[in-house]
Amino acid sequence: MFAATMAAVLVTMILALGRAVLGPTTYDRILGVNMAGTKTVLLIAVLGFLTGRPDFLDLALIYVFLNFIGTLAVLKFIEHGDLARNAGDGE
Amino acid sequence: MLEMTDLVDLALLLFLAVLAITIAKQRNLFVVVIVMGFYSLVSAALFTVLDAVDVAFTEAAVGAGISTVIMLATLLMVGTEEKTPSQPRILPLLAVVVTGAFLVFGTLDMPHYGDPQAPIHQHVAPRYIEVSGDEIGVPNIVTSVLASYRGYDTLGETVVIFTAGVAVLMLMGQALRFRQRDGDA
Repeated sequence: MFAATMAAVLVTMILALGRAVLGPTTYDRILGVNMAGTKTVLLIAVLGFLTGRPDFLDLALIYVFLNFIGTLAVLKFIEHGDLARNAGDGE
Repeated sequence: MLEMTDLVDLALLLFLAVLAITIAKQRNLFVVVIVMGFYSLVSAALFTVLDAVDVAFTEAAVGAGISTVIMLATLLMVGTEEKTPSQPRILPLLAVVVTGAFLVFGTLDMPHYGDPQAPIHQHVAPRYIEVSGDEIGVPNIVTSVLASYRGYDTLGETVVIFTAGVAVLMLMGQALRFRQRDGDA
């Protein structure tokens, strides 16, 4: 059961990997990496149950936050060409 | 019989190889940064599979989190296109292949993964497991090793990191002060 889930997660990771590597636009790649981040979280969660030790679920939670922040930083870079500018800070 | 976890190992290692080749081939540095974030995530997952959870934690926080942001900040200054596309050279490739071959050769002497007879499980680990609860009084063995048995080592590491942080802050603070003064003038 968990093995089947793990196989499914790995297949989706391959798909996300393909999107991130092939592109063609930057947004495709960002989507691919974001997707891969989510799949990594799932992979760690499923792996815990697969090996009978679901102790690392909190690690997966941390990955969720990091993935979110990373995507946010990348998107902000594209939108503003800057990482630290405030919205109302028109120079 | 190929176990499921072996399959996971194989798949993740394959991902790493594909991503590494992509990074090496790609000429757009912005894309390189994004794919490097992917690489860090996959290697963090791999570390978790190998039971090195603390390493995985660090890899995810530093590799996928902070380095992506820092790399992007660097790209703001240097631009996102590689200026002179480097020609493929034989000598660096050869050096990397030879070094890699030596590293793989070095692993042949190492005990098998998860081997209970490995030296690392025979030296002081049994003592930590058996008496650290009574000696230190901390339920988590890793914490008692880091904070007590290797307390000076940990203190040294903290001092090194603190010094590095202070040095960076001093350098950056200096630059900020100059910029403010230029802005006033």
